Amino acid sequence: MCGIAGLIHRGNTSNVGFELQGMLQALKHRGEDSTGYALYGKTDGQNFIMRFKVGENVAEGSSSVKEDVSVYDERKKIVDSYLSELGAKVIKEDRILPYSLRYEIQYDKDLMEFSQKIESVEGVEILSMGKSLEVIKDLGNAAVVCNRYNLDKVVGTHAIGHARMATESGVDIKSAHPFWGYPFSDVSVVHNGQLTNYWNNRRVLENKGMRFMSECDSELIAVYLAEKMRNGATLEEGMKESLVGLDGVFTYFVATKDSLGMAKDTMAAKPLVLYESDDLVAMGSEEIAIRSILPQEIETYDPFDGEVKVWQI
Amino acid sequence: MANLKTSEKKSKAQSMGLHTEVLTGKTQQKFFNPDEAENFYYFGTYDVDFNKRTEIDVKNMDCREANKKIDELMKDGYGTIVIKNPQGKHSLGVGILNKLNLIFEGSLGYFGCGSMDGPIVRINGRVGWSCAENMMAGKVVIEKNAGSCFGAAIRGGDLICKGSVGARTGIDQKGGTIIIGGDAGAFTGFMMQRGRIIILGDVGINLGDSMYDGTIFVGGKIGSFGSDAVEAELTDSDQDWLKRKLKVAEIGENFDVSKMTKVVAGKKLWNYDALEPTEKKGAI
Repeated sequence: MCGIAGLIHRGNTSNVGFELQGMLQALKHRGEDSTGYALYGKTDGQNFIMRFKVGENVAEGSSSVKEDVSVYDERKKIVDSYLSELGAKVIKEDRILPYSLRYEIQYDKDLMEFSQKIESVEGVEILSMGKSLEVIKDLGNAAVVCNRYNLDKVVGTHAIGHARMATESGVDIKSAHPFWGYPFSDVSVVHNGQLTNYWNNRRVLENKGMRFMSECDSELIAVYLAEKMRNGATLEEGMKESLVGLDGVFTYFVATKDSLGMAKDTMAAKPLVLYESDDLVAMGSEEIAIRSILPQEIETYDPFDGEVKVWQI
Repeated sequence: MANLKTSEKKSKAQSMGLHTEVLTGKTQQKFFNPDEAENFYYFGTYDVDFNKRTEIDVKNMDCREANKKIDELMKDGYGTIVIKNPQGKHSLGVGILNKLNLIFEGSLGYFGCGSMDGPIVRINGRVGWSCAENMMAGKVVIEKNAGSCFGAAIRGGDLICKGSVGARTGIDQKGGTIIIGGDAGAFTGFMMQRGRIIILGDVGINLGDSMYDGTIFVGGKIGSFGSDAVEAELTDSDQDWLKRKLKVAEIGENFDVSKMTKVVAGKKLWNYDALEPTEKKGAI
């Protein structure tokens, strides 16, 4: 059981970091192993924001092996040198935690080549790459992660997030949601459910050159959609195809720099409550998530089986 | 536990399932004695006055506190209780085994009004998954939409949603009536065993999948029939019952019931009649 939440302000910006924190914290009983945020903030649109990790959080409850901080430093040095080789210019650098970094980068070449080079460093994973998107994920509940990364003041247009109870893979950052839609900038996915044809799909997609960083079945959705989009499908087309291509029970959200979408499997086995108005769409696994930002009486509903919806900012 | 033994003497009635069961050994069965009527206590029931009304604000309460408060108010004789600011909280109004007018001014989360026996509940909002699960008797009216597993395993009473509901409405239903004013999702009536479901709008795929028994009436389009669900003839008595039920439920009063589709179990997958003796079925 996991909890997912998402919101999109249409034609406006808001404090999406604070809002999503409230929504995910309301769902903390659905899982506190890890929490992840995909925040779409305001940027100048020129530079990429790269969120990446050079190691795992090895706090109590983690399934990762403890490493010395000097290993993280070494990996960071290699990443810096690779960025130089790739012709990427680092405009701003923040080391938020010993294992978690945020770089603002000028880069105008192929993102797949870029990602493959950076992630060839052992233990390094790009959590997100985008001009608007920033993925922040770590162990603990929504409030813990929000405080650790100072997310409550992030202003933006839309966001999706995930409160995870680890069932299919480890308690670590690499298995936490949201997943970046590698190699597409500004694409992220969160998922609640289980995918039963994960390995079949993974083998097919890996043979097509797509990359998987974890053994978490939910990562398949991000990779599946990315592969569809790489072949020319729109986001909505890819999502509709996923209802047939992905087997199992699922409700998932996907976000791009200017849109937010949801899809529900054909058995409607996983919950989703939706609120939709002219200027705001908010959705979550349970109504209490929406109530955390809209305490007044509102009209909500459950989308039906096999439903796909996409909203623009 | 009681040890059930059947009479050894075979008869025609017995072969038809109408045999007598003899209880032997220790049993928890209690026999009513009029002399001890004053001492008889039925857990969780109180004498309440419907004209005695009060309100509670549950904004800052968790579900345990709110449910305990409702119980305390019933103990004090309040027969009409208004709950303010439920704000989508889970498990509110559960386990009420009493006559009571309960009004929620707002929406409920999961498992609202579950395992209840007797109250009349009005919810002026929406409900989440598994509303009124295992309800034995009473009436629940929801003014807006409802989530999935609406009325799961109910055994009696009326459950009415004026809006639309999610998937698996009436899953494992064992009695009572569920009435939906709008549309219903996939697997409506999944493995239902008794009772009736009325849907005025459209219904999703796999309607009545693996149903043992019971009846489903649909006013709109049907996505698809589930395994062993079949269409049956809509009789005059069905129509009379539907009209009466919709009128009492104050929903779809002018709805043309003659055009509804009646769905029942084909009994190819499960034959409920062969599973239990007739006398037991009568007691369900």
